[in-house]
Amino acid sequence: MVLQTIWFFLWGLLWAVFFMTDGFDLGIGTLYPFLGKSDQDKRIMINALGPLWDGNEVWLITAGGVTFAAFPRVYSVMFSSLYSALMLILFALILRGVSFEFRGKVDNPRWRKIWDACIFIGSFAPALLFGVAFANIFQGIPIDHNGIYHGTLFTLLNPYGLLGGLLFVLLFMNHGALWLSIKSKGDLHERAVSTAGRLWPVLVCVAVVFLIASKFSTRLYDNYIEHPAFFIVILMTVLALLSVRFFLARKAYFKAWFASALTIVGATFFGVIGLYPNLFPSSLNPRYSLTANNASSSPLTLKIMLIVVILFIPVVIGYQVWAYNLFRGKVTETDLSYEEAY
Amino acid sequence: MDVVLLSRLQFATATLFHFLFVPFTLGLSVLVAYMETKYVKTGDETYLRMTKFWGKLFLINFALGVVTGITLEFQFGTNWSRYSAYVGDIFGSLLAIEATAAFFLESTLIGVWIFGWKKLSKKAHATVMWLVAFASTLSAVWILIANAWMQNPVGFTIRNGRAELVDFAAVLFQKYAIVKFIHTVSAAYVLSAFFVMGVSAYHLLKKQNIDFFTRSFRIALTFGVIFSFSVVIMGDLNGVVVAEKQPTKLAAMESLWDTTTRAPVYLFSLPDEKNERNSIEIGTMPGMLSFLVRHDINAKIRGLKSFPKDERPPVFITSFAFKGMVGLGFYFILATVLGLLKRKRLVDSPKYLKLMLLSIPLPYLACELGWTVTEVGRQPWIVYGLMKTSDAVSPIAASQVWTTLIAFIVLYGSLGVTGFYLIAKNALKGPEPVVENNR
Repeated sequence: MVLQTIWFFLWGLLWAVFFMTDGFDLGIGTLYPFLGKSDQDKRIMINALGPLWDGNEVWLITAGGVTFAAFPRVYSVMFSSLYSALMLILFALILRGVSFEFRGKVDNPRWRKIWDACIFIGSFAPALLFGVAFANIFQGIPIDHNGIYHGTLFTLLNPYGLLGGLLFVLLFMNHGALWLSIKSKGDLHERAVSTAGRLWPVLVCVAVVFLIASKFSTRLYDNYIEHPAFFIVILMTVLALLSVRFFLARKAYFKAWFASALTIVGATFFGVIGLYPNLFPSSLNPRYSLTANNASSSPLTLKIMLIVVILFIPVVIGYQVWAYNLFRGKVTETDLSYEEAY
Repeated sequence: MDVVLLSRLQFATATLFHFLFVPFTLGLSVLVAYMETKYVKTGDETYLRMTKFWGKLFLINFALGVVTGITLEFQFGTNWSRYSAYVGDIFGSLLAIEATAAFFLESTLIGVWIFGWKKLSKKAHATVMWLVAFASTLSAVWILIANAWMQNPVGFTIRNGRAELVDFAAVLFQKYAIVKFIHTVSAAYVLSAFFVMGVSAYHLLKKQNIDFFTRSFRIALTFGVIFSFSVVIMGDLNGVVVAEKQPTKLAAMESLWDTTTRAPVYLFSLPDEKNERNSIEIGTMPGMLSFLVRHDINAKIRGLKSFPKDERPPVFITSFAFKGMVGLGFYFILATVLGLLKRKRLVDSPKYLKLMLLSIPLPYLACELGWTVTEVGRQPWIVYGLMKTSDAVSPIAASQVWTTLIAFIVLYGSLGVTGFYLIAKNALKGPEPVVENNR
């Protein structure tokens, strides 16, 4: 019981860290056609995430792997139910990854255009679909007692699901604009800052609508009403979102980005806490829901995996922080002149 | 076609495509790290140019390897959900450990290596590449432990309607996993060695950058000769383990129908699955199979007929893939040993250079055949003796799998063409004349 609960929140944390880190990559990719006026701008945008995106994406692999290891039944039902959505996400991420590498390898505007389009699609589609998928998990998925999904891809595109998608896209775009504000200079920097400034009120409105809609479309608030102390998480998230604006106005871009990172983690945990103990609730009948208790691995596997995570995740965080620190500072013309740069 | 067959085709497409890039990553990371270390130690600019030239090819390949790996991890859930639920307790944890303990390191540090030339000391930068090489090999360890468990499930019990872990050490340290790991990684090293030798041969034939490519060739040759022997020797040991743990796979590999002592190896045989015999057998070596897998020419080996028909793998594919792989393995030894004789006068051996240029695709073929033997030879089981492939598939509609299968083929096909075009283009262009703004 205790092990399962620990794993439930670790599971949520891994997804949250994935959204927090790869979120700004996906956001910059979404803003790419709009903010990248010249080839130079575009190169600065992709080089701003160049050294980091690959390591960020592994949080997704780890979140998926941990779902498989700790909650095999959730892994099997979640990914087969969300088959088409997940496949679209994966194809999009494939396109995004190769585009960074391929784009600069042939000096031809038409060649670059192809990969520019792939960077946008490969960033926007996952941002949207992750939001759609998680909002649908929050409100419940039509699965029966055998874990068989009764619906199609379009079942997921209901109003609340789409609202979740919109929220994720805005969160990531804002997150990306802030990262670009840190990493760029001059004109591009100005545009990144003003984009972040203009996105913020929209994001606030959508976040408020989402919080209200969650009252009617989901049962997330049940846990909060039962244990009101958890409302602190929502409060902290709102505070983090407000401080994004506060730091942005003071041109403290890194602090604003960090506040945005906390907002994303908070938004994920808003849902994760509300879900507990459900990992994959059924909308047909609550008894069919997959929970931390009825879908987990054996205690031995949970223990072994806990040791692995306790040993390795701090090390991973250590060398990722080192890498982030190594590549701090703005992307300069000199950076772009290197043969290895994207 | 039904969901099972479609899902198998999709998984095969994804795996075989992924495995076009993985061996190159495994091997070339070591070679590039070695070249960079030579540069750090000697200060010789040629080694730096070598690091950059081979490193560039490495990175194009690396990108394709990484992105195609993601789909594999998720396909167990999307297409093989019953398998995932049944064995996730063991299999899932191995994949999760791979991501946490190995893939993170590889992916984080590759970014540091690409963008870190100016930010790190020479020594630290070379160390980063060694760590990338180490981490990618460590990834292979976990993936092959997971695959070995599908070939020979150990350390579990059936409880709560699924396979649950009882002995983790048994899973990690089983002989099947160790042998498979060394065999597969050796094959990967051979592939990258042949690539470097082949590309170097092209330039040596054109008499371009002779010093640069002679040195590259020799480094790869040393690597290639060691691991060509290793891959064949470990392949032989792998056969012994297969004979012990997977008798149906062994019988299919050798197209052995009748249980017999002094079991033969055929140089060539054409299995006729309908009539349960070989319609052609050429070069029969009596007792050879018994000797190879039991070290006793009189040992009795079970033939395919001693197993129920629904527990036999497809014989034709398994045996052809196996024979092709073995033939290629011996060719790699010959080609590299010949290279040792010619290594002092490579430029004056145009025929040998041409041979090595044309040999670039062969280790790729051998690697793909190797996976085919392993995976097709395990059929009809997804976990040998424990779960049938037909019981493992997700409860999804065939139309869904059709759609994604076509998408996979189109997407991977175009990425494959683009990727190999870029690798070939940069390989044929040769190294940059002077390393501008290096370090």
